[in-house]
Amino acid sequence: MYFPKDVSYSRTHEWVRMADGNTARVGITDYAQHELGDLVFVNLPEVGDEAIMGERIADVESVKAVSDIFSPLSGRISAVNGAILDAPELLNSDPYGAWLFEVRGVTEHEDLMGAEDYERFCEKGE
Amino acid sequence: MEEPGSEAKHQGAEGKILKTPLYDAHVRCGGRIVPFAGYLLPVQYRGVIAEHMAVREACGLFDVSHMGEVVYEGPDALANLQRTMTNDFSGMAPGRVRYSLMCNEDGGAVDDLVVCKHGEEKYLVVVNAANRSKDVEWMRRHAFGDVTIRDISDDVAQVALQGPRSRAVLSRVVPPEGIPERYYTFVDGAEIRGARCLVSRTGYTGELGYEIYMGNGDAMRVWEALMEAGADLGLVPAGLGARDTLRLEAGMPLYGHEMDEGVTPFEAGLGFGVSMEKGGFVGRAALEKGAPERLRVGLRITGRGIARGGEAVYLGGDVVGRVTSGTHCPYLGRPAAMAMLASAHTAEGTELEVDVRGRRVSAEVCALPFYKRQR
Repeated sequence: MYFPKDVSYSRTHEWVRMADGNTARVGITDYAQHELGDLVFVNLPEVGDEAIMGERIADVESVKAVSDIFSPLSGRISAVNGAILDAPELLNSDPYGAWLFEVRGVTEHEDLMGAEDYERFCEKGE
Repeated sequence: MEEPGSEAKHQGAEGKILKTPLYDAHVRCGGRIVPFAGYLLPVQYRGVIAEHMAVREACGLFDVSHMGEVVYEGPDALANLQRTMTNDFSGMAPGRVRYSLMCNEDGGAVDDLVVCKHGEEKYLVVVNAANRSKDVEWMRRHAFGDVTIRDISDDVAQVALQGPRSRAVLSRVVPPEGIPERYYTFVDGAEIRGARCLVSRTGYTGELGYEIYMGNGDAMRVWEALMEAGADLGLVPAGLGARDTLRLEAGMPLYGHEMDEGVTPFEAGLGFGVSMEKGGFVGRAALEKGAPERLRVGLRITGRGIARGGEAVYLGGDVVGRVTSGTHCPYLGRPAAMAMLASAHTAEGTELEVDVRGRRVSAEVCALPFYKRQR
């Protein structure tokens, strides 16, 4: 399991990479993709949609089940990663490269964890 | 991210969770263990897609020890099967296997199962794990004459060796006379490393394959013998996840999804498992009533999304049925679903929509199975 230090982590297993003070990219963690198994479908928000902290913003599907993705921050969707719509398996093979969406004008975000705290969080199996 | 739905609904009625005799092998192979039908079983090892593709292109080995096995024995064994099951077993030769339903008085499916004929007075009935207790109670309640009905599930383990290379793997551990030649036949007493097995040419994947039954104490030896024999033929252990995607891609129904006690075999498209010519059986009167008002169909998903079981199917503004199962089919590389629809809308090519969690996704009625192996 891989826990890079250049991103922050939510309790619902999303990662957040801040580009500057108010723009961030969001993806799912290596732990998340491992738990979900082979991903075969992604449903993303549209550019211009409002992201609200703690609310469902996207979903990913494995062969077995659908899982909701919650936005760890509030702001406006400024970009989505179209590449993963055609190749959802990138979320399995490169979870920290295959971002889902970008939020600009971040007004608030959850209490995010650093890599070490998140690794401990995962070890507890939450 | 939210964790996938709880598997708790799959727990046995008794509530206790059991290990199969192959549990340690699953853990050693890196299996991700979940409770299913009262047993701890691997949902996957390396990954559902890799396991699915291995079964289509090489072969896979499944632990299906959770399945229920019931023996009918005695002079009235056949008469009991004829009365309690929907198919006709009268002309059956020993060594043959036959698919059947077991229906209630309303024609609804109590279970779907296979019957293996050992001899004139002895048959083995293989039932769904989740239905086992209910089935045995039903069988005994309808028993008559000189027959004993024994539930031997707790003593019997079962593995399924499935895929185009399964015969090659099996022939390395079983002499030719131990390998059933034709589909839906079996050989009892085949030896694998000294373990006495029943080998049947049956399966739930749409591929060439075998289901192998043995005593619990022999299961590990048989599993290891097969894994070793198949190592250089691409054999991989395969879990419940791939079992489900394989059966769905092959258009095979699953009890609790495509049928239940409120669905008749004709509605579920399983008329081949019903003989209306053989005389009286439980559920017959109800099954004689006209053409079904709804039917199981295949759905090709033409929009973006994966339809899942329980979702409503629309024709314009009207709900015309429900999805019974749906997934992404790994070999076909696209999603597919099965649905129970009002009969008027079941013609191939009928354009519909599925409500995929609030989003309308277009779909089209198509022929089953989605995948058929090249012989």
